[in-house]
Amino acid sequence: MQALEVRNLTKTYKNGVEALKGIDLCVEQGDFFGLLGPNGAGKSTLIGIIASLVNASSGETRVFGTSVQKNRSHAMAEIGLVPQEVNFNQFERPFDIVVNQAGFYGVPRRVARERAEKYLKQLSLWDKAYKMSRTLSGGMKRRLLIARAMVHEPRLLILDEPTAGVDIEIRRSMWQFIEQINNQGTTVILTTHYLEEAENLCRNIAIIDDGLIIENTSVKELLSKLDIETFVLDLGAPLQQAPQVEGMEIELRDPTTLLASLPKSRNLNALFRTLENDRIEVKSMRNKANRLEELFLRLVDKHDEAASAGVAEAGS
Amino acid sequence: MSERVSAKSYWIGYQTIVIKEFTRILRIWAQTLIPPAITMSLYFVIFGQLIGRRIGEMGGMPYMDFIVPGLIMLTVITNSYGNITSSFFGAKFGKHIEELLISPLPPLLILAGYVTGAVVRALLVGVIVLIVASFFSDLSIHNLPVTLAVVVLTAIVFALAGFINATFAEKFDDITIIPTFVLQPMTYLGGVFFSVELLPGVWEKIAMANPILYMVNAFRYGMLGVTDVSLSIAFGIILSFVIVLGAICLTLLKRGTGLRT
Repeated sequence: MQALEVRNLTKTYKNGVEALKGIDLCVEQGDFFGLLGPNGAGKSTLIGIIASLVNASSGETRVFGTSVQKNRSHAMAEIGLVPQEVNFNQFERPFDIVVNQAGFYGVPRRVARERAEKYLKQLSLWDKAYKMSRTLSGGMKRRLLIARAMVHEPRLLILDEPTAGVDIEIRRSMWQFIEQINNQGTTVILTTHYLEEAENLCRNIAIIDDGLIIENTSVKELLSKLDIETFVLDLGAPLQQAPQVEGMEIELRDPTTLLASLPKSRNLNALFRTLENDRIEVKSMRNKANRLEELFLRLVDKHDEAASAGVAEAGS
Repeated sequence: MSERVSAKSYWIGYQTIVIKEFTRILRIWAQTLIPPAITMSLYFVIFGQLIGRRIGEMGGMPYMDFIVPGLIMLTVITNSYGNITSSFFGAKFGKHIEELLISPLPPLLILAGYVTGAVVRALLVGVIVLIVASFFSDLSIHNLPVTLAVVVLTAIVFALAGFINATFAEKFDDITIIPTFVLQPMTYLGGVFFSVELLPGVWEKIAMANPILYMVNAFRYGMLGVTDVSLSIAFGIILSFVIVLGAICLTLLKRGTGLRT
């Protein structure tokens, strides 16, 4: 069964901005799905429509087969939303915020209290449960949003940039928690600006740009499209100039770090021969991370170029 | 269809809004419960004891006794309206209204939860004023069902009106304009301090167009057994307001006016 099905979804705001221009999207039950795109691409509008915070101009959204537009209550019962902005009452205590949210979804108060304790403990917030929410740090507030979204144990968890502005240690603990939730069967949709996050967590990805889905495939498939691989080489001594190797692009990032980009079809022997001949000592070597980032930028740039060309053609 | 949605889940959701509202009223008791007690004590001392003694009787009874029902209604109206505007607009302004908007709760129950919260505060404050009044006047209830029905229905009317105000409000100033420029003058001219019979010809007719006059008089009938208006007309007006304002509130909530983009 599909956890989410979006058909020909459009949204034009009152000021004339076309945020979504006909989106089609499917997310399978149990998937860990990444929704990526630059700022203003339409990600938050799409999530807003799924969560019924934004009214669609046309099209349909189904959550586990139930139409958000026609049977809002039944569709909403299956969704947990972690919004981009902190939106709980900062004058309430975390425990009350989570318990009340469970109540809005019909969870009996006794069960709600047990679950609030469980999720606040899992997200390392239990010692703050009875403090005023506004006294929590930014990272704690983000974790509270996750506890609140999980308390009614939704089948579909949507996280809109959950780790924005969170330090790496907390970010990793949040990843672990979300992965664990997904492993237990909850479908997860994640939007993020940290593409490393999407590459590590998501199985499938859609890239949205200018209100359109420009790529929708598995992470594996997407990364296989990246025909160029980049290696980072840490050198034993500083260099003035990068060595030249035919068929490779070699760049000196700083005096002791080389970046070597080469097609996947080529091996590294020529590079090492050149380095050996030039008596350049390599202390360590690694794959450049954020491969997805390169691909993302390439896809978005390509789409923007095509859009500009279309506009120019239409104008001429 | 989700099995999670049922009459029981809706009932729990409604209860949660009411508990949340009640907790809020108690949490900020210094803003919600104490000021009306102080203001009304001053009214009783100044208008009832000091000025009232010189006035003598109004509507066939001591002036102090005459103003008690009006002052209770004044408190009920302002607190019902004020509670829902500050709570609902506060939730909208702080964006935590989204907690409810993304939940399975239908608009009717969201509205019912907030209205119940406002009515609870109005009644709590009404009881406080009643207790304060008991120090200044020999209180008695002429007709309990009428008294209760009028006070609850009036609180509902002004909770619904406040909800509409909060829905359209975009800044905190927007929730103070109507109470200051519309509600307060209408309440003060709605027979709280005087019998409408005292007004000269045209002014009496103008006063009769004020719906608050009917609410105050129906409540005064419940407490004291005297009224300037027909009880059935008063109930007709109050119920009409409940239906019309309720329908407007539900339409606004369903459309997401001021709430959904």
